[in-house]
Amino acid sequence: MSLADDLTRPVEDDEDTTPYSERGPAPIDVVAGFGFWLFLLSDIVMFSALFAAYAVLADHTAGGPDGLKLFNRGYVLIETMCLLFSSFTCGMCSLAIERRSAGAFHLWALVTILLGGAFLALEVAEFSRMIAEDAGPTRSAFLSAFFTLVGTHGLHVTLGLLWFVSMMAQVATLGFQPVVIRRLRCLTLFWHALDIVWIGVFTIVYLGARW
Amino acid sequence: MSESSSKGHRTPGRPHSGVLTYLAGLGFAIVLTLASFWAAGTNAIWEPAVPILLAALAIGQMGVHVVFFFHLSSGPGDTNNFLAMVFGVFVVGLVVFGSILIMANLDANMVPMDKLMKMQR
Repeated sequence: MSLADDLTRPVEDDEDTTPYSERGPAPIDVVAGFGFWLFLLSDIVMFSALFAAYAVLADHTAGGPDGLKLFNRGYVLIETMCLLFSSFTCGMCSLAIERRSAGAFHLWALVTILLGGAFLALEVAEFSRMIAEDAGPTRSAFLSAFFTLVGTHGLHVTLGLLWFVSMMAQVATLGFQPVVIRRLRCLTLFWHALDIVWIGVFTIVYLGARW
Repeated sequence: MSESSSKGHRTPGRPHSGVLTYLAGLGFAIVLTLASFWAAGTNAIWEPAVPILLAALAIGQMGVHVVFFFHLSSGPGDTNNFLAMVFGVFVVGLVVFGSILIMANLDANMVPMDKLMKMQR
C-alpha cells in the first residue's frame, strides 16, 4: 500500500480526521478532566517530596520510639481496607453518575463517606494515642516526618469527605447538570488518587518499619 | 455492561465498563494488600528480599488502581493522559531516589556533628 493510498483511505469509524491545528478548542469536559488530572499528578509530586523526607529521616529517632514500637499492623490493615472499599464504592458512584441515577449516587456516596470517615477516625485515634505516649511530632525527626506525611494524606481525605458532602447537596439541588457532572468526575478521580497515595504510605511507613 | 465510551479524547476516570471492572480491581487490590501485609510479617521469605517484594507488590497494586479505577490505558484516546502520568512518575522517581541518594552520600561524607562542634571552638 502506497502512502497516497494510506492518506486517502476511508476512515472506518467515527474517528475525527480533521488535523489537530484545525479542530479548535477541545470540549470543556475534556479540558476540565485533563486539567484536574494534571493537578492530581502535581499533588502526587508534592507527596513524593514528603515520602523522600520520610525515607531520609526514618532512622533518626533521637533516642525516641521507632516505627516498629509504635505501629500496629492489624490496625493499619483495617484502615487500608476502609480506604480500599471506599475507593470501590466511589467507583459505584461513577457508574451511578453515568446512569444519571440520583438515588444510587446518594446511596453509594453515603457509603463512601462512612468508610472514609471510619478511616479518618482510626487515623485520628492513632495520632492521639501516639501523642499521649509522648511520641508526638516534636519528639524526633522521624516522628516529624511521619506526622507530616500521614497527616497531609489525612488532610486530603478530610477535604475529599467535605467535597463528597458538597456534591451530594449539589446533586440534590441542581441535579445532573453538565457542570455538576464535571465536578463529580473530578471528585471520583481525587478519591481514587488518595487511595494510590495510601498504598505508598502503608508500604513505606507501616510495613517498611522493620528495616 | 454498558458501553458508553467514545472514540477520540478521553478524560481519565470515566468508566467505559461496568461493575465487573470495579469488582475485579477490588479483588486484585485486596489480594495484593493482603500479600504485602503477609510478606512484611512472615519468616518464610529470605529477609533481604522482603523490601523488594513489598516494592513490587505496591507498584503492582498502583497499576491495578490506575487500570481498573482510573481506566487509564495506552490506547490512542488516552495519549495525553498517559504521557502526563509518565512524566509525573518520572518526577516522583527523581525526587525520591535523588533525595535518598544525595542524603546518604552527605551522611557518609560529612564530619560527625560532635567533631564539627569541637573544630569550631
